[in-house]
Amino acid sequence: MTAVAPTAGASVPITPRGPSLLTRAHWAVTDTLTITRRNLLVWMRVPAYIMFTVIQPVMFVLLFRYVFGGAIQVPGGNYVDFLLPGIIAQTAAFATFGTAIALAQELQKGVIDRLKSMPMARSAVLAGRLVADTIRMFVTIVIVVGVGYAVGFRFDNGVGLAIAMIVLATIFGLAICCISAYTGLAIGDEESVQAFGLVWLFPLTFLSSAFVPISSMPGWLQAFANNQPVTYVINVMRSMALGGPIADDLWKSIAWLAGIFIVFAPLAVRAYKRAS
Amino acid sequence: MSVPSSGPAILVEGLTKSFGEVRALRGIDLTVPRGTVLGVLGPNGAGKTTAVRILTTLLRPDGGRALVEGYDVVRQAAAVRRTIGLSGQSAAIQEELTGRENLEIVGRLYHLSWPDARTRAAELLEQFGLSDAANRAAKTYSGGMQRRLDLAASLVGRPKVLFLDEPTTGLDPRSRLGMWDIIRSLVAGGTTLLLTTQYLDEADELANEIAVIDHGLVIALGTSENLKGRVGGDVLEFTVPDRNKVTDAAEAIARIGEGEPHVDKETGVINVGVGGRGSEALVEAVRSLDAAGVRTQGLALRRPSLDDVFLALTGHAAEEDEEPGGGKRGKRRGRRSGGSDAGKAASS
Repeated sequence: MTAVAPTAGASVPITPRGPSLLTRAHWAVTDTLTITRRNLLVWMRVPAYIMFTVIQPVMFVLLFRYVFGGAIQVPGGNYVDFLLPGIIAQTAAFATFGTAIALAQELQKGVIDRLKSMPMARSAVLAGRLVADTIRMFVTIVIVVGVGYAVGFRFDNGVGLAIAMIVLATIFGLAICCISAYTGLAIGDEESVQAFGLVWLFPLTFLSSAFVPISSMPGWLQAFANNQPVTYVINVMRSMALGGPIADDLWKSIAWLAGIFIVFAPLAVRAYKRAS
Repeated sequence: MSVPSSGPAILVEGLTKSFGEVRALRGIDLTVPRGTVLGVLGPNGAGKTTAVRILTTLLRPDGGRALVEGYDVVRQAAAVRRTIGLSGQSAAIQEELTGRENLEIVGRLYHLSWPDARTRAAELLEQFGLSDAANRAAKTYSGGMQRRLDLAASLVGRPKVLFLDEPTTGLDPRSRLGMWDIIRSLVAGGTTLLLTTQYLDEADELANEIAVIDHGLVIALGTSENLKGRVGGDVLEFTVPDRNKVTDAAEAIARIGEGEPHVDKETGVINVGVGGRGSEALVEAVRSLDAAGVRTQGLALRRPSLDDVFLALTGHAAEEDEEPGGGKRGKRRGRRSGGSDAGKAASS
């Protein structure tokens, strides 16, 4: 064992006086970026995470395109065009599983405690998690679009709206991320979080216009599917990609997403503050 | 505002904390002078971790106050966080990242520049004998190495006061000794240390002063020698190889000792405090054990250990289950003073 001399070579003294507001704001940004970097590094080191966030959506695209697609009748008749916006939204929502699980793990292992005992910005753990997961989600969406192009999907409505669709999908994902972050921190147990995630994420994404036209569902199910946020978002995405009316569903989507942020972002922050 | 340049490193007055019905801390007072080591000793559930969590700003106390380097842990939490380091029971490191990456990220979170964070990480890896493993994922490290990395991370910010919450729990004996060496050299470098442990020998080995906590109260405070003095003299101890004779043996020496003999039916170890009557008690014990037809091993007088102190203070050993007929033991039992007390924690 090498001898330890913790006071030797002190290059950076820790100032006892409180930092200014400007310094604190600067730290809030740099600390968030540090946590973001850490989370992305972890993501890239674990093959299972890559599998979960990249390979699985690609398999979904191929499965629906080639296995189920032939049996599903859609307006316009081209299933792959119908499918892609839906599968992108589903992928973005499912990517937030990772958010909930990672936060629950960090809570269980004491990582969050440890970070809270440091003089870093307290907002950075949650903010860094959301930023990293949004970047991760964006990468996944781009990959799904790429695979979609390889199996016949085409944007028919111009580059501007194609980009708008990807942006909307990412914002939608971020909103769902806030819900997942809250569940992860509030439940705080990895396995329960995983099980609970299935309970709300599956119905929310599959009982929507993501994979099949809602008109093919039984009446009582249509009532739910037609009036839930995932359907609104997917309808807008579809119109942005392929053409069709945008405005009506866009306002409903914005209202829903804003509502989700307003409710769940503060809940997630509160759960983080309480977490231990 | 307090003046951080004088006074003790840690000052705790009347600290209380409850979790619902459970009164985790029932009014604790502690003072830790700068550059010294306070060992906080107690079984699981005694309130050790709650105290550490309050002192490291992770938990708000219900009552009383606590100052670290003169800063109030509630009202000046940010200042406290700039002066402390915490290393917990579980290695709070990111296992997928390398040792170097872990320390560099912590350095960045302490607002070092990238070059400074790199330099500091390299220094600590060198000091903790982790240079060779620096670029390997932390999950490939042994338990002892992970604990060292965890401790290194707590030192990135050059803390004046270090909190080590059960730093050697779960480590093998060799890693444990290595950890003790590291802790000693930290203290030699002037760091104030508050160390919680369930291991009596660890507190004996490392701490200047020991606070024994049980059921949320400090039940004894003093140096290791002071505390041993409370047992009031020597301890007579022996092992009975024939388990059927353990009860006979206990009866035989019951009259000799001061107070009830302590009998461990599992190991056949019996001990009893004999006060100042050392050799006289030894001779009597040999006679009456012989008369009772009990064969013994290792019959001897010894100076009291902290185990005996704990027994004398609390009426139960630090490592034993209190439950009646308790065959159930703490999972880390095996070492002399190892072992947790899950049953007691639940009942306290």
